[in-house]
Amino acid sequence: MNPDMQNSIEPAWLDEVRRAAAGVRRRVLRYTIDNNGGYLSQACSAADLLCTLYVRSMRLGPSIAPPVPPSFAGPPGADNPHAFTGAGYNGPRGPELDRFFFSPVHYALVLYSVLIQVGRLASDGLAHFNVDGSTVELIGAEHSPGHELTAGSLGQCISQAGGIALARKLRGEPGRCFVFMSDGEFQEGQTWEAMAALAQHRIDRIVVVVDANAQQCDGAMAGVGHIEPLAARLQAFGVRVVELDGHDPLALAAAAALPPDGRPTVIIARTDPCRGLPILQARAPKLHYVRFGSQAERDSYAVVLACLEAGGQA
Amino acid sequence: MNSVTRPHRSHLVQWAEQRPEVLVLSADLTSSCEADLFRDAYPERFFSMGMAEQNMIGFAAGLAREGFSPWVHTFAVFLTRRVFDQVAMSVAYPNLPVRLVGFLPGVTTPGGVTHQAIDDVALMRVLPNLTIVDTGDATEVLSALDAVQDVPGPVYLRMLRGVVPRLFPAAEPLVVGRSRTLCRGEDITVLSSSICTEHAMRAVAALRRRGVGVSHVHVSTLKPFPDQGVIDSIASAGRGVITVENHSVIGGLGSATAELMATVGTGTRLLRLGLQDRYAQGASVGYLLAKHGMDAPAVVRAAQDLLGRTLDIPEHELVADVTLPDDSERVEDL
Repeated sequence: MNPDMQNSIEPAWLDEVRRAAAGVRRRVLRYTIDNNGGYLSQACSAADLLCTLYVRSMRLGPSIAPPVPPSFAGPPGADNPHAFTGAGYNGPRGPELDRFFFSPVHYALVLYSVLIQVGRLASDGLAHFNVDGSTVELIGAEHSPGHELTAGSLGQCISQAGGIALARKLRGEPGRCFVFMSDGEFQEGQTWEAMAALAQHRIDRIVVVVDANAQQCDGAMAGVGHIEPLAARLQAFGVRVVELDGHDPLALAAAAALPPDGRPTVIIARTDPCRGLPILQARAPKLHYVRFGSQAERDSYAVVLACLEAGGQA
Repeated sequence: MNSVTRPHRSHLVQWAEQRPEVLVLSADLTSSCEADLFRDAYPERFFSMGMAEQNMIGFAAGLAREGFSPWVHTFAVFLTRRVFDQVAMSVAYPNLPVRLVGFLPGVTTPGGVTHQAIDDVALMRVLPNLTIVDTGDATEVLSALDAVQDVPGPVYLRMLRGVVPRLFPAAEPLVVGRSRTLCRGEDITVLSSSICTEHAMRAVAALRRRGVGVSHVHVSTLKPFPDQGVIDSIASAGRGVITVENHSVIGGLGSATAELMATVGTGTRLLRLGLQDRYAQGASVGYLLAKHGMDAPAVVRAAQDLLGRTLDIPEHELVADVTLPDDSERVEDL
C-alpha cells in the first residue's frame, strides 16, 4: 500500500497538486475567454492528472530551458544547428530520471499552464501562446515547452516513446518513461500495434496515463468510435492495467509508483471533461473546442472566471 | 556478366560486427530482406516488430533519438506507402538517422501491385531532410551501408536482393551525392537508375557503335539531386535527355531531371521512360520492363525519337549476354 494512503492526514503534496490544478483551469479559462476559443474541457479533465505527475509521480530534474520560451528557430535539419527542443522544460536526461512524452498535443495550452504552475515556465509564458513565430504553439510540437516529440498525428507518440524506452532498457537504465495519452487515440491502429510490441518485448518501464474523458472532436466517443471495454482489451494485449478516478491524485500516485513487473503499464484515468467548470455541461456533448456562440455566453464564463480568481467556486 | 548472390545477406553481418549501435528491425520479412543471418548472428540486436509497420517506424525513431542506429528492413511498399505519415512526422521532421531499407523496388517482384514499389521515390522525395539512395548493382548494394551510415539524417535506401549483377568495379564504392558517368558524348544523355542502368548500358553500347554520341550517367542518389555529374551531362546533351527508371515517371528520376532542365533552361527535349502513370501487374521483371518500355529497346526507341532517324539496331544486340536467374523462382519470399 502506498504510504500516503495509510495516514488519514493528507500529504503535503496533495494540496500542491490541487492548487496547481485549480491554477491550470483558471489559466486556460482566461485564455479561452480572452481569445474566444480554446481547448477548455481538456484542462478540466487532465489538470489533476498532469499536476499529479509533475508534482508527485515523475522523477524529473529542474528545468534546463529558458523560463521565457525562445522564438521558433526553424525545423530540425542538417542546415539548422539552432533547432530547439521543448524537452528541456522537463529537466536534464539521466539514467535514473524519468522522461515525459505528451501525445495529445492539442492539449498544449493545458501543459504550458501546468509548467507555469509547477515553476518550469515563466508566468507570462502564455503571452507567447499561438503568437506567430513563437514555440508556444496552439498544437505543440517538439520545440514547444514540455514537448519532446512531434506527436500531433495521434497514435505516433506511443511508438516513439516505446523506442526510447527500449533504448533505455538496452542500456539498463532504471528511469521510467511516462506517456500521457488521450482515449481517442485508442481508435488508431498504431496504438494497438504499439501495445502489442511493448508487451512482446517486455518493456516495463513505460507508464501510459490515459485521460479517458470519453469525448472527442465529433462528440461523445461512444457514438463516434467505441473503444470499450478498454481495460479488458489492453489486458488481452498483455498490458498491466490500472483503472481509476482521474480526479483522485492519491490513486494516480499509487498506480504510478507500482514497481515494474515485466509488462507495460496503462493507467486508465476516468475523467470528467467539465470537472471544476460545471458551466461547460451546457455544451455537452460538443466539448472538444470551445468557441462562444454569443457575447452573453462569453460573459457568463467571465463571471465564472472572476469568481474563481477571487478564490470562490465555479 | 558477373553477379553476386544475396550480397546484402552476409555483408550486413560482417559490416555490423564492429558497430554495436547498429540494430535491425524487421516486420516479418526477415529472410525475404536478407536480414536472417544478422538475426542469427546478433539476436540481441535484432527486433522482430511483427506485421506492424507504423509502430516499427516509431520505435526506430525512438531508438535513433537515443543514439542507436536502427536499420529497418522490409519491402519498399510497406516502408513508404503504408507508413508515409509515420516516416514524415516521426523520422523525417526530427531529422533522425533512421535507415529505411526498402526491398523489391519497382517491378523487381512478380508479387503484383501490392508488392511493387512504383511510387516510393516520389513519396520519399517530397519529405524534407530525407536522403534517397537507389542501388543499381552488387557493388552499390555492398558499399551502400558505409555510404549511408555517414549521412547524419534519415536515409531511404532502395535495395536489391537475390542474384544481383555487378556492373561497377568493387573498388569504386557508392558515394552519396555522386553519380557515375559511364561514358560521354555530345548528342544524347541517358540518366538511369536502379536495375534500369543494366538495360540502358546495352542500349548505349549499341548506340555508340552506330556513332551516336551518348553520355550515360547512373544516378544512385536521388536526393539530394542533382550532383555536378548530372548537371554537366545535361548541359552537353545536344539532342536531348532520356531518363529510365524502375519507378513511375512521376516523382522520381524523370521528374527531378525535368525540374532541373527547366530550372537551368536547357531548352532541350526530355523523354522519361518508366511506368507511364499506370500500375503494373504480377509478372516477370523482363516482361514488365519490356511491356512498360523500361528496357534497352525502349532506350533505343527514345534515342531514335530524339535523333529523328532510325538506327536499325537488331533486338539480339540488346539482349543480356547472360540471363540471370529470375527472382520469381523464390516463391517463398513473396
